[in-house]
Amino acid sequence: MYQYDHYDQAMVDARVAEFRGQVERRLSGELTEDQFKPLRLKNGLYLQLHAYMLRVAIPYGTLSSRQMRLLGDIADKYDRGYGHFTTRQNLQYNWIKLEQTPDILADLATVEMHAIQTSGNCIRNISSDQYAGAAADELVDPRPYAELLRQWSSFHPEFDYLPRKFKFAVIASETDRAAMRLHDIGIQIVANAAGEIGAKFHVGGGMGRTPMIAPVIREFVPALQMISYAEACLRVYNRYGRRDNKYKARIKILIHEIGADEYRRQVEEEFAHILTLGLEPPAAELARIQSFFADPSFEAELPEAIDRSDPDFAVWLDQNTVAHKHPGYTVVTISLKPIGGIPGDASADQMRLMADLARDYSFDELRVTHTQNIVLPHVKKADLYALWQMLEGAGLGSANLDLISDIIACPGLDYCSLANARSIPLAQKISARFADMDRQRDLGELKVKISGCINACGHHHAGHIGILGVDRKGTENYQLSFGGSEAADTSLAQITGPGFSEDGVVDALEKATEVYLAQRSDGERFLDTYRRIGMAPFKEAIYG
Amino acid sequence: MKILTGNDLKTGDVVWWDGQDWSRDVNDAVDVGAEADAILAREDAALRVNAGYAIDAQRTADGVRPAHIKDRIRALGPTVRLDFSLKPADTDISGWVL
Repeated sequence: MYQYDHYDQAMVDARVAEFRGQVERRLSGELTEDQFKPLRLKNGLYLQLHAYMLRVAIPYGTLSSRQMRLLGDIADKYDRGYGHFTTRQNLQYNWIKLEQTPDILADLATVEMHAIQTSGNCIRNISSDQYAGAAADELVDPRPYAELLRQWSSFHPEFDYLPRKFKFAVIASETDRAAMRLHDIGIQIVANAAGEIGAKFHVGGGMGRTPMIAPVIREFVPALQMISYAEACLRVYNRYGRRDNKYKARIKILIHEIGADEYRRQVEEEFAHILTLGLEPPAAELARIQSFFADPSFEAELPEAIDRSDPDFAVWLDQNTVAHKHPGYTVVTISLKPIGGIPGDASADQMRLMADLARDYSFDELRVTHTQNIVLPHVKKADLYALWQMLEGAGLGSANLDLISDIIACPGLDYCSLANARSIPLAQKISARFADMDRQRDLGELKVKISGCINACGHHHAGHIGILGVDRKGTENYQLSFGGSEAADTSLAQITGPGFSEDGVVDALEKATEVYLAQRSDGERFLDTYRRIGMAPFKEAIYG
Repeated sequence: MKILTGNDLKTGDVVWWDGQDWSRDVNDAVDVGAEADAILAREDAALRVNAGYAIDAQRTADGVRPAHIKDRIRALGPTVRLDFSLKPADTDISGWVL
């Protein structure tokens, strides 16, 4: 994985020192909260419902075991012994003290981590495929391109005050595991007819209060012009994006209003201009970055056979592992969704254990998924049983990847000052209702996503079943929707009708699964059945 | 009644104005009547509270109850981590926020 050079480290260290001074000035009263707020947000520090919250960037979701171990240590030393992995592949600490924040950032800097640009109207942490570098179906590892974008976008002076926050995702396979088309810019690394590598740009997607699927703005940008094209995309947005209304300030609104063709025309004009300026990083820089993402030393001629005699292990094996590009290895997803648990939460001990397991079984590497789980990308098949036993012993052995209990849930009103309703208790009730493993597996792939407000951090628009919490006259109410997808078949979920109470929405969801079971054809997922038969049978069951 | 809440500047803890100082317990909150703005301006200037605001609440037999669920959750703590709540020993306390 990428390692900081002198400049990277110097920039992060300088930012820590700068923020230490800003905190001291705030605590002394030299800065008012109004003056301090934009400064702390630039360092990922929010004031949430109960306390300060610190959001730590995990670029493209990749972590070393050393970094994961420190995240656990910070949870113990400065927080309350746990952290929350988010849908942006980041980590949030919920109980941070302002006076300790500079020390936390200094600790993070010792393992090449920071919280820069995890908030504010700037280019945020760049997300990617959690199976990058391991997936059997990828064209190339997308992370060098994501890293190049990270370096370009970090402290980019022109894009430090955009109309609104800006999110990139980069993938390199036809199987979209990063909700790529639901980002401000979604890049798919592709090859053209000549076999040259380049970037397919989707621009203007997003969730939030106005969900949109990004249209393709350019089919192929040569890899060594990707930064210039991204610069052009941002420059047009920065010039014309609305700053008078934050609800209409995202790039998706601009493209919707002027049309994809006109946006494309302006980007191409700007792109042609930028190419004359020679702003593109040299090929040697991309090559330098790519060298950090070379395959680890995979062993040859490893056994493929796995002893499946332990039935619980066999279920986990079938559910939580996927094909690896190298024989003898597999990709393991560690579920952070135990029945009745808090989606995405991990204790300090669990983080340290996962760090140890990555060191011992996965070439020192972990990934955070946008679905709030953790991946060990390179595990020998021969090691799987021993690994699973240790996960089981630590409450990390749930065999529910992509099943109904593998729920995305934002922090909701339990933690978030923007939320209108709680998300986590609902996720807990749903997972408890469907705790039976046979029942979950019978239902098959069924992605439930819950947001506690219209900002859609819980990706409810992209849920096979999406749930949005709203405030109805001071009472929590939940809108149910069906038919969303964040995968290659991206679609936006449609609202079923009037909302429900917390218990009511669980009942309604269960009725929807009964409709699916009664109506499904062979091999159909819930989503497939919904797309085939439409909303009516589901509405009849839920409201009839 | 009108009560004041905010966060401790250094720690971020949720605090409630008890008439003399800022308490971690909502049940210590007092009715500030029409004095909310004056108290908040004074306390903010003295760096004794951050992001303070006034809310409606009721004094009930069980104590002070903020009018809105968001403030009740602020008062109690996250309902999914009752070990960090105002009443960690009360397993049914999350119902109080409803």
